[in-house]
Amino acid sequence: MRTLFFYFLIVCAGTGGELCVARGMKVVGEVKDFRPLALLRLIPRALRIPWMWLGVALMTTAFFSLLAVLATENVSLVVPVTALSYGAGALGGKFFLGEQVTPRRWAGVLLVCAGVALVVIGRG
Amino acid sequence: MKSSAGLHFKTYFLILLMVIFGPLGNVLLGKGMKGMPPATSGIVQQILDLIPRILASGTIWLGIASLIAFFVAYMLVLSWADYSYVQPASSAAYGMVALLAHFMLREVVTPLRWMGVILICFGVLVVGQTPPRTTEQN
Repeated sequence: MRTLFFYFLIVCAGTGGELCVARGMKVVGEVKDFRPLALLRLIPRALRIPWMWLGVALMTTAFFSLLAVLATENVSLVVPVTALSYGAGALGGKFFLGEQVTPRRWAGVLLVCAGVALVVIGRG
Repeated sequence: MKSSAGLHFKTYFLILLMVIFGPLGNVLLGKGMKGMPPATSGIVQQILDLIPRILASGTIWLGIASLIAFFVAYMLVLSWADYSYVQPASSAAYGMVALLAHFMLREVVTPLRWMGVILICFGVLVVGQTPPRTTEQN
């Protein structure tokens, strides 16, 4: 039961956090200068965006949940289970970020989810 | 929809970095956490117990460094590419995880699980054929 709760946190808090970070980075704008100094200057700009803070907080929650699960489960099982967030991620991309999720992209996401199911069923 | 060779190149390159550093970080964390006995107290206490363990383990610090590299690449690519593109495209990392878990951690990876990993990689190829960006930039 405890492991299931941590899996829930990993998937929901993780996906929610990533969506918030994605929204924050869209506000920052496309990064075109990859020199270290330019990347360092990017950090304070990103940190001024509330979406980033919310995203980092949610992802931190997911991260500690991941650590807790890794203490008892094999990494080759735990990490694929986190891929259940792909369906939620595609929905979030469409409705929260306004992206065009084409049928082909949905097909790819479904293949990924099916692969995850096989990975979980195939637990040795 | 916007698409160009340059956009594709830098998107693929950063996703490649994510595919390398994400799994490496997870495997190192797995290795670092493996030798520790699971806590028997409540969930909050279990999370609090993790903090001193993290500070004492070099392997976990290496894992965290890898995950930071992963996160930087992730943030950069999200500044122009769709989340619904980057997220599934980066799942190629699962193949990497299975390989690292098998060879570094000596975990048993069953044939069915390998099939799942192959299916995931196939899904990544399908997603990779869609344009990385479908929204207008600010």
